[in-house]
Amino acid sequence: MTQPGLYHILLISAVLFFTGVYGFLTRRNLITMLMSIELILNSVNLNFIAFNKYLWPEAMDGLFFVLFIIAIAAAEAAVAIAIIINLYRSHHSIDVEQAEDLKY
Amino acid sequence: MNLTLLIGLPLLTALLVLLARSSHQVKWIALVGSVLQLALAFGLYFAFRQQRVIDPASQMLFEQNHPLFESLHINYHLGVDGISVAMILLTSFVVTAGVLVSFSQQNMTKEFYFLLLLLALGAYGFFISLDLFVLFFFLEISVIPKYLLIGIWGSGKKEYSANKLALMLMGGSALILVGILGLYFTGGHDFDLINLSKASLSGPAQKILFPFLFAGFGVFTALFPFHTWVPDGHSSAPTAGSMFLAGISMKLGGYGCLRVAIYLLPEGARQYADIIIVLSAIAILYGALVTMMQKDLKYINAYSSISHVGFSLLAMGMLTQTAITGALLQMVSHGLMTALFFAVIGMIYDRTHTRNVDELGGLMKVMPFISTVFFIAGLCSLGLPGFSGFVAEMTVFVGSWQNNDPFHRIATIAATLSIVVTAVYILRAAGRTVMGPINNHSFEELTDAAWNERLAAILLISGIIAIGVAPGWLNDLLKPAAEIIMNRIDGK
Amino acid sequence: MPNATLIALILLLPLAGFVLLGLFGRKYFRNSAGLIATLLLFAAAAIALYTAYEYFFVYGRTGGVYQKFYPLQFTWLEFSKGLSIDMGLLIDPISVMMLVIVTFVSLMVHIYSLGYMKGETRFSTYYAFLGLFTFSMLGLVVSSNIFQMYIFWELVGVSSFLLIGYYYDKPSAVAACKKAFIVTRFADLGFLIGILVLSYCSGSLDFATLTERLTSPGTMAYGNALSYSFLGVSAITWGTALVFIGGAGKSAMFPLHIWLPDAMEGPTPVSALIHAATMVVAGVYLVARLFPVFALTTPRVLELVVWVGVVSAVIAALIACTQTDIKRVLAYSTMSQIGFMMFALGNAGYGGAQGMGFTASLFHLTTHAMFKALLFLGAGTLIHFVHSNEIRDMGGLRKQLPITHLTFLVACLAIAGIPPFAGFFSKEEILFSLYSRNRLVYWIALFTSGLTAFYMFRLYFRIFWNKPPTRKDSHGHPEGGLAMTAPLILLALGSAGAGFIPFGSLVSTDGKAIESSISPLFSLAPVALGLTGIVLAGWLYRIQNDRPARLASSFKGFYRACYHKFYIDEVYLFITKKVIFNAIGRPAAWFDRNVADGLVNFTGSAALVISEKIKKIQSGRVQQYALYFLTGLLILAAFFIYVFVSQAGISDK
Repeated sequence: MTQPGLYHILLISAVLFFTGVYGFLTRRNLITMLMSIELILNSVNLNFIAFNKYLWPEAMDGLFFVLFIIAIAAAEAAVAIAIIINLYRSHHSIDVEQAEDLKY
Repeated sequence: MNLTLLIGLPLLTALLVLLARSSHQVKWIALVGSVLQLALAFGLYFAFRQQRVIDPASQMLFEQNHPLFESLHINYHLGVDGISVAMILLTSFVVTAGVLVSFSQQNMTKEFYFLLLLLALGAYGFFISLDLFVLFFFLEISVIPKYLLIGIWGSGKKEYSANKLALMLMGGSALILVGILGLYFTGGHDFDLINLSKASLSGPAQKILFPFLFAGFGVFTALFPFHTWVPDGHSSAPTAGSMFLAGISMKLGGYGCLRVAIYLLPEGARQYADIIIVLSAIAILYGALVTMMQKDLKYINAYSSISHVGFSLLAMGMLTQTAITGALLQMVSHGLMTALFFAVIGMIYDRTHTRNVDELGGLMKVMPFISTVFFIAGLCSLGLPGFSGFVAEMTVFVGSWQNNDPFHRIATIAATLSIVVTAVYILRAAGRTVMGPINNHSFEELTDAAWNERLAAILLISGIIAIGVAPGWLNDLLKPAAEIIMNRIDGK
Repeated sequence: MPNATLIALILLLPLAGFVLLGLFGRKYFRNSAGLIATLLLFAAAAIALYTAYEYFFVYGRTGGVYQKFYPLQFTWLEFSKGLSIDMGLLIDPISVMMLVIVTFVSLMVHIYSLGYMKGETRFSTYYAFLGLFTFSMLGLVVSSNIFQMYIFWELVGVSSFLLIGYYYDKPSAVAACKKAFIVTRFADLGFLIGILVLSYCSGSLDFATLTERLTSPGTMAYGNALSYSFLGVSAITWGTALVFIGGAGKSAMFPLHIWLPDAMEGPTPVSALIHAATMVVAGVYLVARLFPVFALTTPRVLELVVWVGVVSAVIAALIACTQTDIKRVLAYSTMSQIGFMMFALGNAGYGGAQGMGFTASLFHLTTHAMFKALLFLGAGTLIHFVHSNEIRDMGGLRKQLPITHLTFLVACLAIAGIPPFAGFFSKEEILFSLYSRNRLVYWIALFTSGLTAFYMFRLYFRIFWNKPPTRKDSHGHPEGGLAMTAPLILLALGSAGAGFIPFGSLVSTDGKAIESSISPLFSLAPVALGLTGIVLAGWLYRIQNDRPARLASSFKGFYRACYHKFYIDEVYLFITKKVIFNAIGRPAAWFDRNVADGLVNFTGSAALVISEKIKKIQSGRVQQYALYFLTGLLILAAFFIYVFVSQAGISDK
């Protein structure tokens, strides 16, 4: 069994990305949507790691970026969950269809 | 003379107005401020004449140039020539008269006067700026107060009119901005009017930019077919607002057309002159004919303004030195005359609460002073010798006639036809309003003009007569400046 | 040499009166206004008379030719090099003659008004307006620059407007003053364009330069003026014809005469001054002023002048025979007499005996000023007494108003051309000048002068005879006291004696004296015709009978047409009301509100409608936004990939 190549990893990353996108677009529950965003972010992380490892093995930039993204994702999740909680308080629901007050 | 004073004084007055405690104080501060402006304008006029004798060569006098934003070549560049001085005199007359007639203003006096003074500030700044960016800045300053003046203190369908006016003028501003930016980029990254006038702009660039600038400023000065804000805006505005609109704002446009569009883009002007002539000849006749059908006094004067301002645009299109002098004379004359007309209409409306000519009548009996002023404004409007309108119109006609070809001849004759139509609508309005029997008995108790109204009327009338009886001084002021513009058009 | 200050004073005194009374009259001179104005005008008239004497008999003539003098000239408004409006004084025979006429008649009217207008609430305003009018008329007369003339021309128009509308609370007066102003304004439009044409042709606005350049063949201006043409007519012909239209409007010539009868709404002394003696002859004066240009360069326009004059004279005389309002009869008679002046002028040539018509025309202008002013002032006394303008309400007044009766008779005899009254001499000279140059017009003129005698004596007999005379009333002064009778008497003396002025030696086209020797035999026909007219009028109207009615019914349609002034007013009304107001003005107003403004409103509402449609995109649904976002992203990605690939493909090759 050979080692997985760059293309395999990119394929997985792409699948992960579109799964996230699909989830974000179709799920009504805000928590699930948040999870979908995490999936998207993770697919990006995977790309970074893969490019770093296969194209520039001597550099560390990709790794650092991933660390940054994980940190930011954590912060983002905290903010998002705070928003969701507030939304639940005001709308008694975390269904995204209910939260459409910001329209024309 | 430091020209910044002309901006500083209205600004100071406006700020003091904001600090005033009672509406009584507001009025007096505004009055004193505007009288000081009047004095300053006269001071400028005499200083200019003196300086002209010493320094006959330079185009602009009292110049000052400070960098404002160096990397974009925006300078605080001020300077005046004869045209600016005449316009500043006009502005100060109209501002003082406007402040005087607004003495009876009751609600939100402070805000009202603040906006009036802001408008004046914009006009003064506009007339003395030699940097296109600064000039545009002041032009915009004078637009917003109009919107509020009409929207808050207006009458009739004021919200509609205010919106229409502000949107149309903003549209004009947008065109001007495009034109100015075009000039900036084709003229070597410079906003300076004097530098631009020396830069050689390519023919195609001029042809593209000229319509933007001329139409943009044209909106301000009621160029047909962009004139429709005029009737609604004027008739909804409070008295002083109408006076400022017609007396000053429309002149901003005329001044811009000449100073920016025609002066900087002479080739463009030659290219589009025929179109300007056709449009303004239409405006003159059509405005006069439409006026004939109006019943509301303010609409009458607003449409007649379209017709009268058409004369100055027509003269600009004629591109002869006499015609351009005539255009400027007409601007000054129309400013004074139409301000007087609106003032007197305001006085009548304040008393009778109607502006419909069918409901008025016989006012001569109860208000001899106001009626006489009405007559004088009307006679000036129809170009009677002795008043400024005659001098201006005749200069326009003689200047236009110097173009020796059937097209210009026919346009001139079409324009002269309007003097008959003008006589018809002025006499119709005067006949129904001030003459005839009193048809409403409640009018019999009305009072004649109060001291402030008398003063305002006398101020404007003295300006009109000073031009009408001895036009030499104004002509001498405007002609050299017109000659410079003409030389550039002729490519000398 | 003429004294500039003195001559300027003639103008400035009435102006001073206007300014003084106009500004302060209401407050300070409510009662003394009349006296002040009259004194000022008396001074002006005295100076004018003195100037005339000096000019005609002391310094004016050099080598048998009257010279033109320009005692004062300054630039008022300079248009461009050489083309400027100059204000100045021009002293030559016709201007001096007019100075005297205007100041004299104006003085008479000022005095007369002291009685006639006494007790009016706007007494001082009235005198202020009279002062303005006199100033403008004098300014018009002495103009040295055609634009100066236009300026005063307009001022005369507006003072006439103000005086016709003096009774401003009477709707008919308001309508009349508007009509007068607008009709003459329309004519002035012609004058203005004419000035533009002439000034362009000659490159000058000064009468002297203009006349010289346009009459001397060989100069460039002359060549240009003739060569440039429009619709097959040379520029200069257009120019003079247009100037003549201006003159025709002011002088109430057909078809621009419609304002004059209505102008009688003004106070009667005003009609005497403005609408009989002075302003209405301004057209004649204008043609006379530019006469060299008319006669030497554009004789075709003079033909137009002749025929306009003829038509006006005839139709006005016919209409005058049927009117019953005393002032309207006099107005039509004025129009008819000015027609005489016009065709006499049009028939004249330049220089020597050729210019006989010119002299005759201005002679007639002078005598006409006397007797027509007298007639109007007499009519004023009658109206004052009867309180009606209708001749039906008068009759048998000869005992009650003896002075009026006598002076009126003198005036009627003068206008009918009965020797030795003034009208006889001037009319004779007109007919004589016509006889040799245009026989057709001569016959028409002869017929019209017969008609003149008829309608004037119709008036006379209807007013002073027709009914049995009533005894003299004892109530006060029926004739208004000395203020009103003295002018009548003075003017009657003028009407009787003005004919003896040796006019031919004073006024002519080229300044040289002309001998006018009219044989008594020539005078036979006109005088006989005049007497016939008088006798006929006496037979019809001296006593009340049904002959006039029978006569009128025998003419039926023609009489009705005359009575309705040939329906010219109706034609104008149709053109203005129906055509200009309804067919042009109303659609223009509609167009402005609905099309021009409609476009603006359409832009506004279109913006609203479109944004209403597209605002649905902003649904507030996050997922929908994300979908748009993703779609956009994919499109962009596809685009960039395409560009990248295609570029890579190019670089590969």
